[in-house]
Amino acid sequence: MHYLYYPGCSLKSTGRAYEESLLAVVSALGINLKELEDWNCCGATSYMSIDEKKAFALAARNLALAEESSTDGPAQLMAPCAACYLVLNKAQHVLDDTPELKAQVLDALRAAQLDYTGRVQVRHPLDIFVNDLGLEAVKAAVKKPLQGMKVACYYGCQIVRPYATFDDQYTPMTMDRILQAMGAEVIDWPLKTRCCGGSLTGTIEEVGLRLNYILLHEAKRRGANVIATACPLCQFNLECYQDKISEQNNERIELPVAYFTQLMGLALGISETKLGMQRLFVPVKTAVNA
Amino acid sequence: MSTQSEAPRIGVYICHCGINIAGKVDVAGVAEFAKALPNVVVSREYKFMCSDPGQELIQQDIRELGLTRIVVASCSPLMHEATFRRATAAGGLNPFFFQMANIREQVSWVLLNDAAATEKAKALVAAAVRRVALNESLEKSFVPVNPDVMVVGGGIAGIHAALTLANAGKKVFLVEREPTIGGHMALFDKTFPTLDCAACILTPKMSLVRSHENITMWTYSEVASVDGYVGNFTVKVKRKPRYVKEELCVGCNQCVEACVFKEGKFSDEFNQGLSKRKPVYMSFPQATPSVVQIDPTACLHFRTGKCKQACKAACERGAIDFDQQEEIKEVKVGAIVLATGFKPFDAGRVAQYGYGKFENVYTSVEVERLVNASGPTGGEIHLRDGSAPKAVGIIHCVGSRDDKTNKYCSRVCCMYSLKLAHLVKERTGAEVYNFYIDMRTPGKGYEEFYDKLLKEDVHFIRGRAAEVTDWPMTKSEEGKLTIRAEDTLIGVVRRIPVDMVILSVGLEPRADADDVRRLFNISCSHEGWFLERHPKLAPVNTFTDGIFLAGACQGPKDIPDTVAQAGAAAAEALALIDRGHVELEPNTAFIEEEKCSGCKTCVNMCPYSAISFDAEKFTAVVNEALCKGCGTCVAACPSGSAQQHLFTDEQIFDEIEGVLSYV
Repeated sequence: MHYLYYPGCSLKSTGRAYEESLLAVVSALGINLKELEDWNCCGATSYMSIDEKKAFALAARNLALAEESSTDGPAQLMAPCAACYLVLNKAQHVLDDTPELKAQVLDALRAAQLDYTGRVQVRHPLDIFVNDLGLEAVKAAVKKPLQGMKVACYYGCQIVRPYATFDDQYTPMTMDRILQAMGAEVIDWPLKTRCCGGSLTGTIEEVGLRLNYILLHEAKRRGANVIATACPLCQFNLECYQDKISEQNNERIELPVAYFTQLMGLALGISETKLGMQRLFVPVKTAVNA
Repeated sequence: MSTQSEAPRIGVYICHCGINIAGKVDVAGVAEFAKALPNVVVSREYKFMCSDPGQELIQQDIRELGLTRIVVASCSPLMHEATFRRATAAGGLNPFFFQMANIREQVSWVLLNDAAATEKAKALVAAAVRRVALNESLEKSFVPVNPDVMVVGGGIAGIHAALTLANAGKKVFLVEREPTIGGHMALFDKTFPTLDCAACILTPKMSLVRSHENITMWTYSEVASVDGYVGNFTVKVKRKPRYVKEELCVGCNQCVEACVFKEGKFSDEFNQGLSKRKPVYMSFPQATPSVVQIDPTACLHFRTGKCKQACKAACERGAIDFDQQEEIKEVKVGAIVLATGFKPFDAGRVAQYGYGKFENVYTSVEVERLVNASGPTGGEIHLRDGSAPKAVGIIHCVGSRDDKTNKYCSRVCCMYSLKLAHLVKERTGAEVYNFYIDMRTPGKGYEEFYDKLLKEDVHFIRGRAAEVTDWPMTKSEEGKLTIRAEDTLIGVVRRIPVDMVILSVGLEPRADADDVRRLFNISCSHEGWFLERHPKLAPVNTFTDGIFLAGACQGPKDIPDTVAQAGAAAAEALALIDRGHVELEPNTAFIEEEKCSGCKTCVNMCPYSAISFDAEKFTAVVNEALCKGCGTCVAACPSGSAQQHLFTDEQIFDEIEGVLSYV
């Protein structure tokens, strides 16, 4: 199995643990990734609300590069970051739906000797693990089942909304099924796609922290001892403000928040450093053994 | 096929249709153009050709100018072909010496550019003029109509249609899939807006169906095949075995008492799974016919072969028959009324409302059973643990007015939600919250009922509910189900903790509507509702003559509308029957025997089994009474011997050449 890999900025910076664990896991599962050469910023969600043309040209350049580097059939472009995944998907939808904008974007691409015809499939690792590889194959690779781990699977909003490409918009289950296959117990947690506040923690902190408190409190109340995420920003929001949130709400919250690929890696028997476990502020192990 | 020796004398009439055509097409220009076409004697334009003066114009020209062929360029033949054929005949010509060019639906209504529209109109007129010269003199044939009628579906629509027809003296076969007639209405306790008892108004009609001398009622039966055509259908009905002799059973229920299962153990379909029944059971006390049935998937005898058959021993009349087999009945009828109803939307498809996940989230149909005096709780409204709810949320538009499920409004949900809100309030005193998008209460006494509810202190929150969840944000939400919704009237997000949630599910076409549609050779709208011939002017007819629609199989409807439509369908069927005969279009296929090689290609292709093979002559033979004029055999015939009246190769080629000569 071969895929092009679009890391985006987060997986090279704040979300390094996501990239480290993803690369270790896919290699253990026999999946080949080739990083897209000369990729650029996806523009994230903020750029498109300021200047659509530039924002979608930015995203489309990555799609055009992917198309160029795929010789047989549509390019399969893996985008693990939830925001990148959404933006690349959205660029495809918007370009398909608005011919005028598409013409402008194609003009811009042509200036850089690039072309985009739509032969790219943007894929999320959750989708690939469940639908291409299959749960049976994932399960067969387990070496150390995640016994005692009670996981709240947190998808965030961007993977399933507005485009529910591979999972349900309100109650997605792919991550739940993968981590179940890894031997973990997944808890029933209806907030799995509820907002983490996104950038609100940096702009209107009061609102952002409130949203994160709701998620953490309810996960704890339902017995989770770890939250699994698929989004660098969600991971950052949920993990980094726990002291402040605890103080504000008179409730001690100390819940590890790991990338789902890190938990997969543990089950596949990969060493903790290869999975970037040491980068977590709230260590997973402590919580599990406690 | 033209045997015309003299050149035809053609009159051409271009209709303005008010501004429908004239607003786009230069009608005077088209009329002028037509004057120069071959054999055209006169070409005129007129404001409304379908009006009496318009028709008179045609007749006058036939008389005064000796016209032998007529072309009218106006609307679709579906609208007025019959009108102009009549006018042609009234002028003294064979009505088939007429040809219509559609310059409204195919030109003025669909083209944006005036000049292009005028050019296309000219091309179509040129084609019609070329074609009409070859039109033959044809005669319509008449076939008698069988006066018996079949009604498919025994809900309130089918019941009302059957009774209307039977009261008019017609013999009716009523076919119902379930073990009893009554349909969805039999599930309800009260009907809106009058709150009259549903059973009290329905069951007398059910029992009348049972006893009516003109009605043959086949329950637990399905239509297996339909052959023939308007006035002369042959229908095969599959009678499923109920393992009880219907003519002997009197519904005393002694077998049910005696069954080796002492308690009900199997999900009771009629009570929406809210109670358990035995393998031998009657759907509900007033089931009609009042006959029990045995469910072979539950019965010990069928499952293991080792049952002491206590039911059989208990039946003094010997009605239990474990060896009963499926039976096929064949009947001939002249008309068919389809009243196959709807299915409630599957609430599990809207995952965020938690149906199937939270036990106290109910569908409205389930709550109809809960409030019903003969339902699983004897009319008590309580939660799964037996306690009474203190707060109840009713979420409207579940599976309606929603891009992700059904875009249409299901029409009945606002009103039945109000009815349930009233009944819940009345019987439990609970706080009741309605979450609605818009209140839609158009109907006699409906708005007044809404007003009454407002005064009963029922709460109304305008906004589609976002989710039903069990995660609490406050103490008051702990242990409750919380409905989250944006209250769009005050612009805030609200969280309402309740004990019970009622999902007002919309109406959907039955799961097998497409199979039924094929069986009866009718059409469906894209949502899957059976398609009426015209949404305004032929609402109970279908595109297949002799097949009529009644009730919710045509689209969501409440009981008053359903009954009105069922009456209309019965009246249309009566009009057909009492005329005594049907006219058949002479657009039938025929075989030019000298060309036919006897290959039988057409015999197998014909969808109406109208072609047989004459072994002596070694040619195919078309039965004109069965031929529907679909043209399949004409297209398939390798030797060109299969031809069709009104659509001979020469006529079609000339029409095409007419267009091409212009283009």
